[in-house]
Amino acid sequence: MIAEQLSGKNFFITGSTGFLGTSLVEKLLRSVPDCHLYLLIRPGRRSTASDRMYKEIFKNDCFDNLRQIYGSQFNERISSRVTALSGDVTTDGLGLTPDELELLANCDVFIHSAATVSFDAMLDVAVEVNLCGPRRVAETVIAARDRFAVNKPHQLIAISTAYVAGRRRGYSPELPLDETSFITDLDWRAEVKAARSVRGDIELKSREPERLELLQKSAGRELGAAGAPLIAEKVEKLRIEWVHDELVKAGVARAASVGWPDAYAYTKALGEKALLEKKTEIPITIVRPSIIESALAEPTPGWIRGFRMAEPIIISYARGLLKEFPGVPEGIIDVIPVDMVTSAIIAVAARGPKSANGNIFQVASGSRNPLKYATLVDYVRTWFQQHPLFDSDGQPIMVPDWSFPGRGRVQSQLERATQVLKLVEKTTGLLPIRGDQAKFIVNIEEKREEIDRALGYVELYGTYAETDAIFAVENLLQLFNLLDPLDQQNFNFDPLTIDWHHFVTEIHLPSVVQHSRVKTTPTKRNSYTRTSRHLNVILSPQRQLAVFDLENTIMSSNVVDTYAWLATRRLPKSKKALLALDLAIQGPSLLALDRKDRGDFLRSFYRKYEGAPPERLSKDSQELFNAYLLKKTYPAGIERIRHHKKLGHRTLLITGALNFVLEPLMPLFDDIVCSELEMNPNGTYRGRTLATPPTGEARASILSEYAKKHHIDLRESVAYADSTSDLPMLEVVGYPVCVNPEPKLAAIARKRGWHVEQWNKANGLPPIFLPIGKRL
Amino acid sequence: MSPRPGFILEVDKSTPPTMFWHGEGFRLEKLPEGSRVIYAPEPLDPVKDVFETIENTLENPVGDSQPLSSLLFAGMKLSIAFDDLSLPLPSMEAPDIRQLVIEAILEKAASKGVDDVTLIAALALHRRMTESELRHILGDRVYDSFSKSKRLTQHDAEDPDNLVHLGMTDKGEDVEINKTAATSDLLIYVNINLVSMDGGHKSVATGLASYKSIRHHHNVKTMVHSRSFMDRHNSELHSSNWRMGQLIKDAGVKIFQIETTLNSSSFPDSFGFLQKREWEWKIKDRLGYVGTSTALQTSPPWLSRRVMHSIRSPYKVTGVTAGEVEAVHDVTIENVYKQQLVEVQGQSDILTMGIPYIGPYNVNSIMNPILVYCMGLGYFFNMYRGKPLVRKGGVLIMSHPTRNEFDPTFHPSYIDFYDHVLTDTTDPVEIESKYENTFATDPWYIHLYRTGHAYHGVHPFYMWYWGAHALDHLGGVIVLGGDPKSVHRLGFMSATTMNDALEMAKGIVGSDPSITHLHSPPMLMADVK
Repeated sequence: MIAEQLSGKNFFITGSTGFLGTSLVEKLLRSVPDCHLYLLIRPGRRSTASDRMYKEIFKNDCFDNLRQIYGSQFNERISSRVTALSGDVTTDGLGLTPDELELLANCDVFIHSAATVSFDAMLDVAVEVNLCGPRRVAETVIAARDRFAVNKPHQLIAISTAYVAGRRRGYSPELPLDETSFITDLDWRAEVKAARSVRGDIELKSREPERLELLQKSAGRELGAAGAPLIAEKVEKLRIEWVHDELVKAGVARAASVGWPDAYAYTKALGEKALLEKKTEIPITIVRPSIIESALAEPTPGWIRGFRMAEPIIISYARGLLKEFPGVPEGIIDVIPVDMVTSAIIAVAARGPKSANGNIFQVASGSRNPLKYATLVDYVRTWFQQHPLFDSDGQPIMVPDWSFPGRGRVQSQLERATQVLKLVEKTTGLLPIRGDQAKFIVNIEEKREEIDRALGYVELYGTYAETDAIFAVENLLQLFNLLDPLDQQNFNFDPLTIDWHHFVTEIHLPSVVQHSRVKTTPTKRNSYTRTSRHLNVILSPQRQLAVFDLENTIMSSNVVDTYAWLATRRLPKSKKALLALDLAIQGPSLLALDRKDRGDFLRSFYRKYEGAPPERLSKDSQELFNAYLLKKTYPAGIERIRHHKKLGHRTLLITGALNFVLEPLMPLFDDIVCSELEMNPNGTYRGRTLATPPTGEARASILSEYAKKHHIDLRESVAYADSTSDLPMLEVVGYPVCVNPEPKLAAIARKRGWHVEQWNKANGLPPIFLPIGKRL
Repeated sequence: MSPRPGFILEVDKSTPPTMFWHGEGFRLEKLPEGSRVIYAPEPLDPVKDVFETIENTLENPVGDSQPLSSLLFAGMKLSIAFDDLSLPLPSMEAPDIRQLVIEAILEKAASKGVDDVTLIAALALHRRMTESELRHILGDRVYDSFSKSKRLTQHDAEDPDNLVHLGMTDKGEDVEINKTAATSDLLIYVNINLVSMDGGHKSVATGLASYKSIRHHHNVKTMVHSRSFMDRHNSELHSSNWRMGQLIKDAGVKIFQIETTLNSSSFPDSFGFLQKREWEWKIKDRLGYVGTSTALQTSPPWLSRRVMHSIRSPYKVTGVTAGEVEAVHDVTIENVYKQQLVEVQGQSDILTMGIPYIGPYNVNSIMNPILVYCMGLGYFFNMYRGKPLVRKGGVLIMSHPTRNEFDPTFHPSYIDFYDHVLTDTTDPVEIESKYENTFATDPWYIHLYRTGHAYHGVHPFYMWYWGAHALDHLGGVIVLGGDPKSVHRLGFMSATTMNDALEMAKGIVGSDPSITHLHSPPMLMADVK
């Protein structure tokens, strides 16, 4: 009996926070009464290994059964049977202390399950974890055993993957890779050395001037006129992303060049090879599962942890994003429930260290109980036809028919869609639009990202739907047949017992849908609660300062039209239209300058005020306000300013507009920071500003100064603005609000979860075609 | 042929559809047989020579008053206050009667050597008028000479430097009015008495008063007890104004009141169909109706509005009376009644009416939903003497698009009232106690009222109070053709067709209801027996 064979044994387990690892820990604790577990866990940035163990392993719903059994004693019982060891498989000696090494030496079974399972891992990371990791564990165990002179029948079980077989077609036996026909005379040491140097090369490349220039351009495209410091920050972020992507690409390229679909399978395969060199020093068993999916029965049917390979694809399909997924209809999708893998590992452990030739077990379904790709697709489509997901409008999403296209076709389709959307994004991004139209662009961006993701799935996982390999499971079945009938029940890992229709439609799909947080009911998404929650926070009496931008934040006006109005006010009728027209013609070049640098734009535009009489301008500004600006204000914006004031918040206006234009707005604000013009000796205005106009990153420093002077905590303050040039200001406060944001800002707001307001002019006013001043 | 008096038509099979105002446009509605339609008397004959009439009146005042020329003397301080643009509706063709009267006064004053003259637009809490509006009322000559010398002022109910507290009435009401006016040797008030609510002591006691003073009669309690405020002797609003007027007089403010009345020819020939009874429409009127209403319907609302607001009325003067306030007002009211009063027998279950594009508070601007409410429940509902046209618990059906449209320059506090007060409650008493003070004392609204062209922050409240009596009296209000969202915000129901509206009304007043339609234009006042 397995429980008896393993009773009192000490287990050392790596990768326990993973999907398979968690299941393994649970099953051991539940089914093997007296065993003790030592879990190697990498400490987090702010948490210890023990913290992570409780948070990431025992809080998981995997332990709901045990929690029920143990009741209030759960934590106590767990801590008496499990010990967290702080360490890392990428460090030689696993980062363990001498005391911990002694504990290690006294363990009986070592299960190495730690791996970077993502198929798009960076080459150097995959090599460090998947290739070097297993060997490192073996070496550490051997060293510790020798050091503390422990003499025990040790056994090392390493979890690999059936896909180490690579792009092989046909039969794939349970044998070490170098005993098969597969080319494996690769020198793994050379691979490691090369992988380690790749990062350095790519880091260097990322700093070449041409590369940095490109990054700078794309940062500019994304943030617009957000100012130098923010752009710089973004460029560095983009560079790090670029390095990451290049390392992923390097992994895929190297893997493909030597016959594996991706860096994961490639590093796993070489990892086996590196590990097996140690088999003379410690008994080694390798368990190779195929694609691990939700539990068939234990701990609960459908239990799954994390979003894995098939889930995002299934959900993308159900949401109508992925119309097709490449694959051969007759091809076999080799899926295996997680609890079968767990049971197999435990059975292997119970069997104990054995002779060299029986030491590889493949846990796969394809040869014994094949699930055809076409069958799976049929189950999935039928299920989603009966249980559709719903879009944000509460409409059911109809799933498309699957035509089993080749990978190339799907890829090019998706790529085309991405290209079109990118083009739309790029062209619309150049237009000066905001508000509802900007929302449309944000939606396009969202769509594009979704399609990008779908494309990523196809690229990554496409080969797995096209694999023709059949994984042999003779060793596995032999092991199963030797089990006691009761063990065969409690530790079932015979793939024949899976009823695929039941598993897919009753267990797996409901679980996937439940875990993916998609809409399964036709109710409309209620954004009210989120909006009102945001508003409550923004309008809390605790806030200290509310700072507002002017143009397009509280009124749809700008320095150009106010100038046009003022300049035409006293002109004869015939000349009014001419001046306005002239400005309209200058519009595009003014817009371009404005987009490049707002400060420069204002400085050059204000030259037009050269020689203007201050007294008259001040009088005319009052009329400008009543006859023109008030009609262009957003009443909700004005109301918001006053609301802040009523709550006792300080209100501040920061704008590049001129002081005399703003005079009528004074009662709304405690302070106004704006542009002012120099005076000529003859008492007229000089077309130059007294100081740099408060725009862009200058606003952040003005705001900080202001806060310091008035003892205001900016984290407790709110800022309202409409464009990315206001980003520096939005970023320094605790509560940024985007008003009628332009597309770039709308995208940023969505990503960062910032509150967005759509404020409109009052309804019913006649459209104003030209900003011409007229007698009231 | 003398003008025909008012008329009540009983709808039968042969009656053509009845015209309803519908904002900037019109509707033709077939009312059920047996419904009553009340038509106003035809326009009265005007005075033969306006100039001569003015001259005569100024020298032959009524009541306890000297002729104007004997009240004027060199070195005196003279103030001339005049009604603002809220009267008449629509604005009259130039020259405005106020211009003619003021020019006559100024001529007399000049000949007597009076050179300290101030013109004061009696705004109360209304918006300051624009230059072109003032020019329309006063004429270019008066405007140019007075505005240059800064002697043309608009009353500012929030100007601490130009208000004087004259005392309290025996009911504890503050009387605080324009200081320039109160400290003049003579205050002449020039009014236009379009409806019976206007004029009398209300001219000075309200038109030149501060918020502190006005709030004593512009409140829910007074309004509910003014039945109606178009009938001065049954109006608590007027009783309060009369108490204040007495106090102003006792405080030594010498007032020479000049009240004018107009006939009811409110629309020019091109809109002739508006002035006629439907069954008397000629081919020209029919074409006019079809042409105008199609054009208005197909234009965007702002354009229709612009067209309609550019209409100037060919009003003709039917009377000018001068002298002591109360005596003058008695004559005036008689003149108004002569033009507007129609005797109606008994109340009905349902009252229908069309709400026009214009009211006293949206000249050259938008009739927003709150003003629609006020026009129906405040203004038209109260056009009765005796008892309301509709029985207690009856239903009012009014026709207006009631779009969610506001003028941010003229009605800023209305927008906030609509968005933040009406979303909370529509009960006048609750609104008054919960919100009035905040709006009335809001510095931003006061700023806009004093320096811009905004109605005082409290003004939308007064609009709501105007309707308090009707709200109290009625069992339901249905807005025909109104935007459902806005109508719902007002606390009413909306209906797309008259049939729907009547069916809804039957749910409240029972089947087979009696129906009365208050036909306008022109304006009429029902004398309900």
